[in-house]
Amino acid sequence: MTERTLPSEGWPPAVLDPAGPYSEPVTLLAWVLLAGGTVILAIVLGALWIALRGSPRLKTRLGGEKAIWILGFAFPSVVLTGLLVWGLMLTSSLSAARVPEGAMRVKVIGEIWWWRVHYQDGQGRETLRDANELHIPIGQPVLLELEAADVIHSFWVPRLGGKMDMIPGRTNRLLIEADAPGIYKGQCAEYCGGPHALMGFVVVAHTPADFARWQASRLPSQGAGGEGLALFLSSGCAACHTIRGTPARGLAGPDLTHVGSRRTLGAGILPNNPGTMAGWVADSQAIKPANRMPAYHQFSGEELQALTAYLVSLK
Amino acid sequence: MKGGAAISVLMLLGACAPVPVETAPADPAAVARGRDAAARLGCGACHAMPGITWPKGRVGPPLAGFGARPLIAGKLPNRAPLLAAFVTDAPAMAPGTGMPAIPMKRAEADDIAAWLLSLDD
Repeated sequence: MTERTLPSEGWPPAVLDPAGPYSEPVTLLAWVLLAGGTVILAIVLGALWIALRGSPRLKTRLGGEKAIWILGFAFPSVVLTGLLVWGLMLTSSLSAARVPEGAMRVKVIGEIWWWRVHYQDGQGRETLRDANELHIPIGQPVLLELEAADVIHSFWVPRLGGKMDMIPGRTNRLLIEADAPGIYKGQCAEYCGGPHALMGFVVVAHTPADFARWQASRLPSQGAGGEGLALFLSSGCAACHTIRGTPARGLAGPDLTHVGSRRTLGAGILPNNPGTMAGWVADSQAIKPANRMPAYHQFSGEELQALTAYLVSLK
Repeated sequence: MKGGAAISVLMLLGACAPVPVETAPADPAAVARGRDAAARLGCGACHAMPGITWPKGRVGPPLAGFGARPLIAGKLPNRAPLLAAFVTDAPAMAPGTGMPAIPMKRAEADDIAAWLLSLDD
């Protein structure tokens, strides 16, 4: 049996399969660079073959002044200038300097090792807090304001857009867009210590009607939490996590108001079901070593069940 | 509970002394499907699983050699029908366990049981 890891579906994400207007130019540029690089490598290898094995006449021509001018000066000047002009024209549409009118805005803040997601209205006022998952409507650009709370991270959802560093003290802007509804996985692309490789992200793209329904469903927690909520409040969970509609107001960890409806747990890395929830709560350190949430070994089986059932119910 | 009677009978059987060991060879296709379903559901969040390098959860027992274990959760005889019922709804089968009921299709549970019973390393 081959050794393997099998985390949530679609993660790590495909990097050469663009699904929107802000990732297509990046993929095209990558293929053109690869093809051009291959052609130039073949020319260099041909020259090398001539230098080692070629006839004296060919060797003389290759070492002549004319060959130096053409291959050493004119060729790289023309190729690199052309590539620069074409590359800048191709990727000018990716610039977040000109943001399309009415684009949805979301602030995403990199943390070790997860993501805060703060939805904003047109005036830049915060409308909703979530974590590790971003919901967008299809067919329209979304402006991401990328920040970092601690160390440098890099936001990358390869199928929807380019890669952009998240730097403490700066706000970098990135546009993404999805052509079709679906789930698009992302990954922190700048080594940020410890379980950096387990810092995944999920974008869920909806049709406009589904997106409106999703927005309307983001209400504070309503139901009676019962034993699960009581355990959540008495075991220290609320010191780090917020569940809107309850006394849990912690800010150090991800907002859990809708944790039951997320596609993944642990920032994009595990499928979300009662089993993985119980495993994460009881011993997230075994899954994502060094993450900031301690292992909770004090719960009995029944308590773990109650807490898990409550968290899973937070849709 | 539907199927409760059958389970009771199986449990009684499990308590009787010489129960013939199931010798029917496991269906390799079911075993492979079960292994994939277990990985897809994230069973590794709690259990170290043979062949899966990550995650290696520590909340529940490692699953290597599961087919050779006499009991499920120290309580139930380790037979396919009980095991399939257990992986779907552990609290109903072993009250007090920390393993929650996990939504899955009946066929998935049967495949996962076939895979678990095939683990002899």
